[in-house]
Amino acid sequence: MLPNLTSNVVLSVNNVITRFQTSEGTIHAVNGVSFDVRKGELLGVVGESGCGKTVTMMSLVKLLPMPPGEIVEGSAFFEGHDLIQANVSTLQKIRGGSIGFIFQDPMTSLNPVLTVGYQLTEALRLHKSVSKTMARKRAAELLDLVGIPMAKERLNDYPHQFSGGMRQRVMIAIALSCDPKLLIADEPTTALDVTIQAQILDLIKTVRQELGMAIIWVTHDLSVVANLADRVMVMYSGFVVERADVQKLYSAPKHPYTSALLRSLPEMKGERARRLESIEGQPPDQLQFPNSCPFAPRCAYAFEPCNTKNPLLEFVSEGHEVACWWDMEKNVPRKTA
Amino acid sequence: MSMMNISLSADPLLTIKNVKQYFPVTAGFLRRQIGTVKAVNGVDFNILPQENLGLVGESGCGKTTLARTILRLYKPTEGEILFKNVDLATLNSSALRALRPKMQMIFQDPQDSLNPRMTVGSIIAEPIDEHRNLGREERSDRVEELLEAVGLDPRYTNRYPHEFSGGQRQRIGIARALSLNPEFIICDEPIAALDVSIQAQVVNLLEDLQEKLGLTYLFISHDLRMIRHISKRVAVMYLGKIVEIGPARELYTRAQHPYTKALLSAVPLHDPGHEAKRERAVLSGDVPSPANPPTGCPFRMRCPVVETRCAISMPEPREVSPNHWASCHLIE
Repeated sequence: MLPNLTSNVVLSVNNVITRFQTSEGTIHAVNGVSFDVRKGELLGVVGESGCGKTVTMMSLVKLLPMPPGEIVEGSAFFEGHDLIQANVSTLQKIRGGSIGFIFQDPMTSLNPVLTVGYQLTEALRLHKSVSKTMARKRAAELLDLVGIPMAKERLNDYPHQFSGGMRQRVMIAIALSCDPKLLIADEPTTALDVTIQAQILDLIKTVRQELGMAIIWVTHDLSVVANLADRVMVMYSGFVVERADVQKLYSAPKHPYTSALLRSLPEMKGERARRLESIEGQPPDQLQFPNSCPFAPRCAYAFEPCNTKNPLLEFVSEGHEVACWWDMEKNVPRKTA
Repeated sequence: MSMMNISLSADPLLTIKNVKQYFPVTAGFLRRQIGTVKAVNGVDFNILPQENLGLVGESGCGKTTLARTILRLYKPTEGEILFKNVDLATLNSSALRALRPKMQMIFQDPQDSLNPRMTVGSIIAEPIDEHRNLGREERSDRVEELLEAVGLDPRYTNRYPHEFSGGQRQRIGIARALSLNPEFIICDEPIAALDVSIQAQVVNLLEDLQEKLGLTYLFISHDLRMIRHISKRVAVMYLGKIVEIGPARELYTRAQHPYTKALLSAVPLHDPGHEAKRERAVLSGDVPSPANPPTGCPFRMRCPVVETRCAISMPEPREVSPNHWASCHLIE
């Protein structure tokens, strides 16, 4: 990795390894993931289910069930603390305080028996010593900020009185309540309809402009982050396989997996492809730690080194890292292979 | 009333006319009816043999209810469902049973739609046991043939659903739907629960099967991009009604209804450069409750170009170009 201007980095994650002990054996969920999130940046984390994107995020803030989960190695520096080593009380100050969360399903992540107002002020009262009246005032402002009409009146409503999109807005308001420096959004629009998704994406753009926090946006949908992220990191089977500035990643993907994923999406314009390009096979089961490239069995470019050693993430051009032995552009093996 | 039909170059396999499906809303100890959910509120269209009609709409618009009504899993409140010129809406149960093998459904969630306690072989053979009288040998031959047709190893017959991945389970669901040689299959969000890299595999399989077996599909999805790929003709549903229907190319390039336009502009593109330049019409608000739909045009509460007349009457469908129909007052 390039040397970082530490002042500019909000979160610095280094070589996180997370495993799960199950009756069938050890699941190698996250296999040495490193990344930085810069101030005000939106980092997209893309991958299919089981690729370790959520487990990585949960490892950082220790929201994993442990056991069966186990963070074997790694560090994650945030505001001078190593989150992985931090004790529970430090973590509790950070979680919901300077790191906010938005989860996928707004129905199950809100408590159905508490009013929205209560859930909105909970974090405020825990993290900032504010009076009840001040907290309610702030809660109303937050609901207003996320575009809920009649914010003040709606504080006394329960989650079931809100629609799915509105509930996700409430979740965003909660995540924003303590002015986080970092927002971790895990598939925040996956459970929503496209017109509602468009509303939420617009909201995030506005909120980001106004508040300027860094955001990690986890999704399985490459097209959602295309218009949102500054940088995108693609994960496969617990590894980061490619990371680049958003333009570079979409216009010239350098990992066969990224490239195949992009090509498997049907087009919205132009001639309809006669057949979709599909990636045959399925992701590995992760019970074995791979000593070869985990994508090799499904890869159209796989050649001899791919089956014997796992490529490391390396810079191949400015702002573009990839973990692959094959240079797709020049159609030759990389020097390191 | 004009019909949102394709002009007939062949006899349609399925014609539905003014289909309505209402559900009562009850309350209290005596289950008194206090209202009606108008899940499907007057839908017309037809599907030609070997056609693939895409049905798009957001959750709660009535897509799945319409699918279930067409297959007579619900008894329609009103309307006609002509399948090969037989009206399913009024058919008695024995006559309906005789027709069932011709119409099948593939469900969204391959996890929930397969019985975890049955082997793959018995899941696929269940419709055969129910409708045909095959000997043991013939039955197992048929199961193996079906497994092969959907790209699974025929040796898997004695395995259980949990031993398969999501994509493979969806293939099992497809094999079951094919077991009685149907002519018409409703695919209800068949890829929504699958990973991106697996979606293309399943869509390709469905397309191959359609070509090989001459199937007719009603393909329900909220994924407008996939619908554009798989369907030649597309219907857009909003609050229990079809608001626009037409050939896919035409509908995607010259959408007439403001809802269709908004839906299309909400689809995120995987092209950061183009995305930044695109003009997007983001709809405000949510879909109104079908228990209390607005008067007049169902879309008027969210419509960016709404006028006073939209509240007064429901717009009639108009044919804006050959086989392209849209229901909006603003279309001249």
